[in-house]
Parts: sequence; C-alpha cells; structure tokens
Amino acid sequence: MLSFPIHARTLANGLRVVISPDRTAPVVTVGVYYNIGFRLEPRGRSGFAHLFEHMMFQGSEHAGKMVHIRLVNSSGGVLNGSTRYDVTNYFESVPSSALERMLWLEADRMRSLRVDDENLRNQRDVVKEEVRMNVFNQPYGGFPWLDLPPIANRNWANAHNFYGDFQDLDAATLDDVQAFFRTYYTPNNAVLLVLGDVEPGAGFDLAEKQFGAIPRGPAPPAADVSEPPQTEERRGTVEERLGTLPAMAIGYHAPPRRSPDWYALALADCALHGGRAGRVHRSLVLERQMALETAGGIHYPMGDLFDYNGPMQMVTRILHKMDHTPEQVLSAFDQVIADLCARPLPAAELEECKVKLRSDYYSALEGGMGGHVPRFGLMHLLACFTLFDGDPKLVNTILDEFLRVTPEQVHAAASRVLRPQNRAIIFRLPATKSAPPQAAD
Amino acid sequence: MASDVVAPISPLTPPLTAERPVVWPERAAAQLSCGIAVHLVERHTIPKFSIQLFIRSGKAMAAITDPAVAELTSALLRTGTATRSENAVDDELRRIGAELGAGAGADASWIAATGLSEFSPELLAMVADLARHPAFPIGPFERERGNAVEAVRLERTSPAFLASERLRKVLFGEHPYAIVAPTEEQVAATSREQIAEFHQIHYSPANALLLAVGDFSATQFVEQLERAFSGWSGPQVEQPDEVPLPSHFGRHVWLVHVPGAVQTQIAAANLAITRNHPDWLRLTLANAIYGGAFHSRLVANIREQKGYTYSPRSGLTALRRHGYFSVHAAVRNEVVAATLTEMFYELDRIRALPVRDDELSDARAYLSGVFSLGIATLDGLAGQLATVYVNELPEDYLETYRDKIRAVTAEEVIAAARAYFDSSNSQIILVGDAGQIGEQARLFGDVQVYDAQGKLLSAD
Repeated sequence: MLSFPIHARTLANGLRVVISPDRTAPVVTVGVYYNIGFRLEPRGRSGFAHLFEHMMFQGSEHAGKMVHIRLVNSSGGVLNGSTRYDVTNYFESVPSSALERMLWLEADRMRSLRVDDENLRNQRDVVKEEVRMNVFNQPYGGFPWLDLPPIANRNWANAHNFYGDFQDLDAATLDDVQAFFRTYYTPNNAVLLVLGDVEPGAGFDLAEKQFGAIPRGPAPPAADVSEPPQTEERRGTVEERLGTLPAMAIGYHAPPRRSPDWYALALADCALHGGRAGRVHRSLVLERQMALETAGGIHYPMGDLFDYNGPMQMVTRILHKMDHTPEQVLSAFDQVIADLCARPLPAAELEECKVKLRSDYYSALEGGMGGHVPRFGLMHLLACFTLFDGDPKLVNTILDEFLRVTPEQVHAAASRVLRPQNRAIIFRLPATKSAPPQAAD
Repeated sequence: MASDVVAPISPLTPPLTAERPVVWPERAAAQLSCGIAVHLVERHTIPKFSIQLFIRSGKAMAAITDPAVAELTSALLRTGTATRSENAVDDELRRIGAELGAGAGADASWIAATGLSEFSPELLAMVADLARHPAFPIGPFERERGNAVEAVRLERTSPAFLASERLRKVLFGEHPYAIVAPTEEQVAATSREQIAEFHQIHYSPANALLLAVGDFSATQFVEQLERAFSGWSGPQVEQPDEVPLPSHFGRHVWLVHVPGAVQTQIAAANLAITRNHPDWLRLTLANAIYGGAFHSRLVANIREQKGYTYSPRSGLTALRRHGYFSVHAAVRNEVVAATLTEMFYELDRIRALPVRDDELSDARAYLSGVFSLGIATLDGLAGQLATVYVNELPEDYLETYRDKIRAVTAEEVIAAARAYFDSSNSQIILVGDAGQIGEQARLFGDVQVYDAQGKLLSAD
C-alpha cells in the first residue's frame, strides 16, 4: 500500500485544505480546485467555464491585471489553470519562500474577482485564438473530445460544445462572469492543496490566515447531469478539413465511477489500449495493418480514470489508411471487442495489465507536467478524491481495488459495457476523397 | 507602452520568506567496460526509475544523403532483435510495467524507458538488446516505412510543423540542420540496408551516453548496466564536415500557402549561439524579458493587452553546432501585420533601451526559481542531466547556474539583445492563406510563397 502523507482539514467557511509534505527540495506546489467544470456552464453560454477560467487571471481586489502572473514568475515560479468536465483548477509551483504569497494571491481572487469589460473583450479574443489554434487550424483539432459528446449524449450538460460556439462566447457578459463567480467560486465549493516543502501545522495556519475570513457562500444549485438510457447505437460524421487520413472514435458509456464494473472495466481498458501490447493496437496496426495509430481509455483524451464526476465514456481513437473503408476498420475493431467479450481474460494477461496499471498509477502520482510542476499528479488526485469522494486518502488505497479484480469480473463488465447499443461512433473523414498530389506534378 | 498593462503591486503583498538552500542531488558517474559514460541520480519518491540511452548521431548526420534514415532506424529498433520478436518486445514491456520510446533529434538518437524498480534488470536487458541487436525484420520494416510515408504527409498539414520546417530551411540553407523531415519520396526510397548500415556505424558504445534517475542503488544499478552492455563494441564515429550557413541581409518573408487557413502561424528568427557560448545565460535572460515567460513584454503586449493571440512565445534553440532565436504566435488573419509590428517593436525596444531594475530582478528570480523546480521531479532531474551531459557542459553547470543568472547585469542584457536579436535581418515565416495575408506580408519585405510540400509558387 502507498503511504503518501496526507493531512486534511476543513476551515469554518467550508474550504477544505489538504497538505502533503515532502521536504526533498525547497519548492511547493499550491492548487485551488473548484467543484465546477464545463459540464455545468449555463445554457446559451457554451465555453463559458473555460472563458471564466481565463477571467480568473485578469485581476482581483489587491492584484490587478497581470499582477498575479508577475508575482508568480518573479517569485521564481510557474502557473497555469485548466477547465475540465467537473473541476476547474488553478495552480502554481514556486520556491517555498513564496508559499504565503501564493496563498494570498489565490485567496484574493477567491474573495474578490475584479474585472471589467475590457478584460472580458481581451480574453474573449484570446480564447477565440486558442480555439482556432487547437480546433479549426489543427489537423483533427478537437477530435474526438469535442466531436463525440454531441453524438453520444442527450443531456445538454454532457452534449454541448465545451470549448464554446463563438456566438455564445460573444454573448457572454460581465454580469454572467460575476454570477458564475458568486455561484461556484465559494470556499465551500473548493479545495486548497499545498504539496512539497511545507510543515503541515504551519501550512494550516497560513491557510486559515489567508482564506479563513472569506465568507461561505450558498451551496451551488443541484444539477442533473444524468443521461437517459441508450437503446441503440449512435453515429455521426464530421468533415476533416486538413488531415489526410480518415479517423474514427468509438465511445462506450462507462459504469459509474468506483462501481465494481468500473474497476473491472479499467482492466479491460488496459487489455484493449495498454500500449503496443494492447489488443486494439496489435490487431489494427500490427497484424491487419489497417491503422497508423490507435489509442484510448476511460476519459480519453482529456483526462484520466479519476478526474470527472458524472457520465463518461471509454473511447478508442483510430487513425487509418485510405485503402480501408471506415466500415472495414470498424469491423476489425468489433472483432477485437467480440474476442474480449467471448471469454474471461487470460490470467496472465490480467496480471500484466495489473502491473501496467500499478506502474502507470505511480507515474501519474509522481508526474509534474513535464517537470516544472512538482507533485502535480498527486495534487490532482487528492483534489478529485476530496471534491468527488470526500476522501483524499483514497490516493493511498484505491490501487488495491483494481488489483483485486478477477478475470471473470473483467469478462462480465466487458460484456455489459461493450455493446453496440451502449456506444457512439464518430467518423472524421477528409474533405477530398483523393489523396494529395504525389511526386509527379 | 505595453508594459502599462501590468497593474501596480499592492503593499499588502506578503514578502518572500527566507530561502532554503537549493542542494542539487548527488550525481554518480561510471564508465562501463564497453566504454559508455553513465551518470545517475538516486531518487526514491516512487518505486520507478527512468533511463535514457543517447547515441550522438541524429538526423543531421545523414540529412543530406538519407534524410529519413535516423528516424526510421530508431522507430524500428523495437520491431525485433536477434532473440525477440516484435510481439515479445511489447509483451515483455507490459509484463514489467515499462514504457519505452525511441526517436531521433537533430544531433542525437535516443532510447528512453521508464519502469518499475523491481524489474530493473529486465528493462536494462531490453534496452541493451534493442540498441545492440536489432534485426530489422522485413515485415515490420515495410509496415513502418509505409506508415512513415503517411505520417510525413500528415505532418505537412500542421501549421506549427510547416512553420518550423520552413524556418529551418531558411536559416540553415545547405546545412544538414535545414532538414527537419524527409519528403514522402525520400521515406519510400529508404532501404532496409541503409537502416542496418546506419545502426552498425552509429549505435556504438563509443558514441553513446547513458543517464538514469530514480529508485535504485547507484552501485547495484551500474552492475546491472555492466551485465546488460558487457561486450558491446563498435567504431568511433566521425562528425561530418561543417557546411557554411547562409547570410541573410534585411528582412524577407517566407510564406507557406495553406488555402482557407483561418489563422496564421507566425515565426520570426535569426541565427544566434549555442549553449556553451559565454553569452548564453545573458541571452537567456534577455529572452525571458522579451518573450520567454508568461510575464514577459511580448505576452503582455500582444496577448494581454491586444488579444491578438493565445500563444505568443520566444525562445532560444541550441543545436550542437549552431543556435537560433525565434519568436512565435498564431494569430487571426486580420492582425498579421499588427502582430509583426509589435514583435519588432519589442525587439527594437529591448535592443535600444536599458531594462528597468525591477524587470531585471523579476527575470533573474524567475529563471533561477524555475531552474530549482526541476530538481523536484524525475522528469525534471532527467532533463537537467541531459542538458549537462548531452551538451557537454561543465560539471558544475547545475550548481552554478542560479548564481550566474543572478549576476547578469542590465548592460549585459542589452548587449546580448543587440548582438543576437537581429531585428533588421530577421527572417519572417508565415503559414496561412496567401490570398488573405499576402498584402500584409509585403509590408515586411519581399515575399516568397511555397506550398505545403515545399514547392516555390511565386517570388517577389
């Protein structure tokens, strides 16, 4: 069993505080995770949660435009934020001499977002360029994370454009910004995390000093993110305007997070998508040589097993050659699924998958976004287990649940989940049927 | 003035507390009997370790004659050895919970692997087997070569790739560094024999360097490495003769035409210096102030004030023999000229006027602080080891970096900016729709227009 030190408390205003000390290096990572993501942004305001995340860097009562960024950088640190299905996070890594300054900055913007119309116009422009760069001007941009949900889901919360239609971004007002802030950015809807070079007692004292006076807010309104039962396969097609090859993605609705079938499906996922030995890659890329690349997983490609709290899919992404039709490739994929559902997973394969899952889990915990955000991975899981499960210590124990799964459980879960009536398929097909010109011209 | 966009700092801002000393972890070094130099750092955060085997021959080694050979060789290592099939390689990696990748950059090829400490002998044996005894079986060779043709065709639909490819061609001319990727025809023409020959000549212990970090005992780990690599032999590798670089006088525009593009990828670049040049850290500081940090002048100006772009940045790229400075942004088509104007305004400003004291101290603190973040993760440590040993920097580079950065003066920053931010001879790369941005492009110099495949379409 893992034994990362975890100290957790809740302040009087409802802010949960989680501290995980590690004195190896004199650096700390500070994060604030709010229990709101793009799933619950207002109707008619697609993309708003992400636009709002940008606004959180535009100024607060005591730290005006660019001051937050300047103070983090000039303290020797880096910062970022991200918007996901059910959480939005803000974090910075700095030498530990800047710990209190970071807490002050995060508390200041939790207490008092101070932004104006010019800030909103500016960040709306920035976000549009972000979308152009990542979606419209990028081969396979947004595939499949933006393409699949509208086909797979019926509840607007799960089915809308998470990056935002430009007309919705244009419609967003400063009132929307302040209302969203009041509704979701309260201490009782957040968790503060401090990891690294911090003594827990001193860390809690600083958290109380900086955040303790922020008033509790009303509980956010209850939201229904459930999906109605699906009874038949769903399909859609999107034109690929830049890329030269056809692509497809197949998404199966996954069982509820932390249910027995979900643990078992995670191992089926590893059998299917676990590296080059995974069955999908081996069949489609190596043996049949239909595909250039395959990848997939639960919450692929935007997140992991743990960092969501609502309906989610296990997705397979396939980029394939022109000389195989999408139907032929889908048929080969279906053969892989049929084989998996036909009999219990061989015991040796399950053991290999458990080793791989364990190894990947360690790396996820240790991962620092390429090296400059120490303990990012541990922070991320501590935050999600706190907000979604009420128990950060799951970080140390959840692995054991996966390691107890039996071949029969994998078989049963795969058979229940991997059915055509439970899936959606999106085809992303190049605009021109003809391949680009070859050598002669 | 763009810096007006930064609001004042509140007197309520908590001061920094006393800094704890940054102590770089102890590094162990060894030389295996086959000749490979090894550098290691123990780190026991999680029961895993990572290893990087560098071969000091990359794409530049054969770029003129066989531009696809270095990358294909590295991709094919894992497709089978004298004693393992391709499936056996993949199965073994999963059995021991390891990830393995291989690739080729301009100056080096590499095999990198991460795995569970409990299986370190197996993973080291695997890495050694792939480096020493690849069989290049014909079936996987033909598959990988075919996939590589598709991949290079696809790559030339990515604006960022097209910008970097054209940038290198412009800066490096006939030099091997000019070639970032082969053409489809060049990939298709690469033979299995060329790959086997590239491997035989270059994958040699005399040409290798091995770095490892993680949860191991350095002494035992070196013994395991010794067993894995014992008996490997191979030739010394000669570096190719140097090729002169082009000289550019005045600004010129190199436009890669992508019909219908809704955004323009901009790059502006000039040749600069390598990492072992005495001005490197001074220029690093100038770059941090100009556009190398979130809080830099360029980001404040064209993102936070004007909203032209999501992604502005500037950077120094150091290859083994040459380096260059480049500025990048992806912008909407209407503001291409406006963005270039601001990029050059900020370049000219940092060349003309001394940096303010607070900007200088901010940038020093930024670079020295971020450098210390690197010691707190396995990836960061591995990256720092690679910086020192791949680039053959002085042994005390890590330990002295922060003090050296903190000693850079405002005069040195402006001198570095004047020497290496060559604004008036900057080469401008635009990837976008020529019909929509051509007139704006012409404001900055004569324009040569290429298609995505590199064919010249028109020239002023």
